[in-house]
Amino acid sequence: MANASNSNGNYGQGNGGVPLGLDKHEPDHVGHDGGHHSHAQAYEAELELVGLHGIIAEYHDPDDLLHAAELAKEAGYTKMDAYSPMPIHGLAEAVHHYDDRVPWSAFFGGLLGCLGGWMMQYYVAVVDYAWNVGGKPLLSWPQMIPVAYEMTILNAGFATAGSMIFLNGLPRPYHPVFAAKNFDRATSDRFFLCIEAHDPMFETTNVTRFLRSTGADDVSEVAK
Amino acid sequence: MAVTTNALTKTARPPKEVFIDGKQNYTTITDIIGKVVLSPRPPIQWILVVLLAFMGVNLLLMSVTWLILRGTGIWGNNQPVAWAFDIINFVWWIGIGHAGTLISAVLLLMRQEWRMSINRFAEAMTIFAVVCAGLFPLLHTGRPWVDYWMFFYPNTLAMWPQFRSPLMWDVFAISTYALISIIFWFIGMIPDLATIRDKSKSPIARTLYGLACLGWRGSAKHWYRYEEAVNILAGLSFPLVLSVHTIVSFDFAVAIVPGWHTTIFPPYFVAGAVFAGFAMVLTFGIPLRKLYGLEDFITDKHLDWMAKFTLFTGLIVFYGYILEMFYGWYSGNVFELALVNNRLFGPYKFYYYALILCNGIIPQLYWVPQFRRNVFVLMFVSMAVNIGMWLERFVIIPISLSREFVPSGWGMYKPTVWDWGLFIGTMGLFTFLLFLFIKFVPMINIFETRDLFHKYTGRGHGGGTQAHSEDATTSPAMATTSNSDGAAREAH
Repeated sequence: MANASNSNGNYGQGNGGVPLGLDKHEPDHVGHDGGHHSHAQAYEAELELVGLHGIIAEYHDPDDLLHAAELAKEAGYTKMDAYSPMPIHGLAEAVHHYDDRVPWSAFFGGLLGCLGGWMMQYYVAVVDYAWNVGGKPLLSWPQMIPVAYEMTILNAGFATAGSMIFLNGLPRPYHPVFAAKNFDRATSDRFFLCIEAHDPMFETTNVTRFLRSTGADDVSEVAK
Repeated sequence: MAVTTNALTKTARPPKEVFIDGKQNYTTITDIIGKVVLSPRPPIQWILVVLLAFMGVNLLLMSVTWLILRGTGIWGNNQPVAWAFDIINFVWWIGIGHAGTLISAVLLLMRQEWRMSINRFAEAMTIFAVVCAGLFPLLHTGRPWVDYWMFFYPNTLAMWPQFRSPLMWDVFAISTYALISIIFWFIGMIPDLATIRDKSKSPIARTLYGLACLGWRGSAKHWYRYEEAVNILAGLSFPLVLSVHTIVSFDFAVAIVPGWHTTIFPPYFVAGAVFAGFAMVLTFGIPLRKLYGLEDFITDKHLDWMAKFTLFTGLIVFYGYILEMFYGWYSGNVFELALVNNRLFGPYKFYYYALILCNGIIPQLYWVPQFRRNVFVLMFVSMAVNIGMWLERFVIIPISLSREFVPSGWGMYKPTVWDWGLFIGTMGLFTFLLFLFIKFVPMINIFETRDLFHKYTGRGHGGGTQAHSEDATTSPAMATTSNSDGAAREAH
C-alpha cells in the first residue's frame, strides 16, 4: 500500500528538502539541496525498491513534538515512535508505550542476588567448610549480612542495565530512521515523530498531510 | 534563537535558581559541551597535564614492578605497623570516589538540578578513584597474582573464603561498587556518545562512538525504559555508597585496636568520604571549567552548592573528631586514654594538629558566602581538605598501630621511597585517566543539560505560559532564525 501511493508521485517531490507545512519562511536547509541532490535521488530510488519504514516529521521544539504526538494519538495512529535528544515527559505515553519490565527485572535480580549471596555463605560457613572461629556459631548470620547486601545490589544493578538494553533491542548499530533527512540532529537539537508504515491507518498522503498540519518544519519518507 | 533566549529570561522564575548561564539554546548547549571532544587539537594545557600524568603512570609501573620482584618488604610497614600507606591510600581514594556516586545518585533522587553539569565528571572520578584504591589492597596481599583466591569459586585447594572477616566484606563491597559505578556511568553516557557519533566528521570516530552508544537513536520508547533504569540504578547506588565506606570502616571498627573500636566509625567515614570527594571535584572542576570555557554550565551557583556540601559534611567529620576524644575519656579504658594522649602529645602529634587545621578549621571559611564563589578560596580549601583527609587516615592507622597495648611492642613507622612512588604513581594514573576521559567523552551530561533547559524554557512548566504564547506567535520566524543559524554553523 505504501509503495502504491508513493509511486503515485503525489508526495515524492518533498524528499529533497522542499519545505512542507511552514510556508511563511525560507525553505529549511535550502543551502544543502545542491550538495545532497544526488544523495536524495539515490535515496528515492531506494525507497522505490525497499518500501517505506514510515513517514517522519521534524520539529525544532520539544513541546511541538509532544503536541504533535498527542494529536497523532488523538487521530488514532498507534504504530509510531518519537525521537528526541533528551527524555521528554509524556512522550512515551503519547506514542502508546508503557512497560514496567525494567523495574520487575531489577526486583527479581535483587532477590536472586540476596538469596544467592546468602546461600553461598551458608554453604561455605555451615556445610562445606565448617570452621570454628573463636567459638562463634557456624551460622553466625549477622556477619553474613554485608556480603548478601552487596550481592543484592550488584545483581539488581546488572538486571536493571541488562533488561534496559535488551528490551530496547540494543545494541543495534543501524536502524532505518538513521537514513531520514536531518536525523543526525536527532541527538542534538531536532525532534522527530515517525508514523510507521505498519500502522493500520497508514496511508502516505493522509499521514503526510496530517504531519504537516501538526506544525512540522519538514516531513519526509523513510525507507525500510 | 533570539526568541529562545527571551524565553529563558522570561521564564526564569525568581524563587528558583537557574543553573544554566548565558544565552543558550539546544544547538549551543550541544556545541559548547561537545566541542571539548570534537575539536581535533586539545589545548596545550591538556597536553602538558597528560604528559606530567603519564610520568606518574610510569612511576606507578616502576613501583609495582619492583614490588612484585622484591615483595612488600620494600615498603616501610612492618610489625607493629603492618597497615600503613597501602591502607591509608586505599581508604583515601575510595573516599574520593564517593562524591561522584552521591552527586549522580542521591542528588538525582532528590531532584537537585545543580548536580546535572557535574555528575558525569564526578562519576568518572569515582571509577578512576576506585581503580587507584583497588590497587593498594591487591598489591598488599604480597602475592597479587593469586588475588583471585579471594573470590568464591570451587578450587583444588578445597578452601573457601572466610565470610566472617570484614576484609572479605571489603572484597564484595569494593567489587560491587566498581561494577555498579561503571554500569551507571556507561548507561548515563549512551545518549551523549550518540551525540558525538552524529556530530563527528571522522568515519573512524563515527564507527567507534556508534558502537559504544549501542546504536542509540533517542526513541521515546527507549527513553522511557532508559529513565526507569537510571532511576533504579540511582536508587541502588544510594544504599551502596552508604554501605561501601561503612564496610571499609568495619575493617577498623571490628578490630579491638585502641581508637578503632568505636561505633561512630561508619557515619563518620561516610561523611568524610563525601567531604573528600567534593574537595576533589572542586580541585579538578575549577581549572577544567576555566580551561574549556564551561562557566555557563558549571556556574558559580554550582560551586556554591558544592562548598555548602563540603561545609556540611566537614562539620560531621569535625563532630567525629570531637567524639573520638570523648570516647577515649568516657570509656575509662586505659588504652583508649593512652591513645588520646598519644594523638595529642605523642611523636605524631603534628600530623594530628595538621588534621584538625585542614579538616576542622580551614573549611569554616565556607560560612562566608563570598568565599563560596571565590575560586581561589575554593581551591585553597579543597587542597587543605584533600591533605586533611589523607592525614585523617594517617592519624587513624599508624598512630593507633604504633602504640597498641604493650610498650615493648611499640614501634615507629616511616614510609620508604617505594611507598611514596606507589602513592604519587596512583595520583598520576588518576589524572591521566581523568584527562583521557575529558578528551573522549563529554565531561558534562549534554542530554540532562538539554532537559534542564527544556524545564526552564518549555511550556507547561510553571511560569512558562507567557513564553508559550510568544513561541506560538513567532514560531516560523524562530524556525528561520535557528535554521539559518544551524546552516551557518554547519558551513564552518
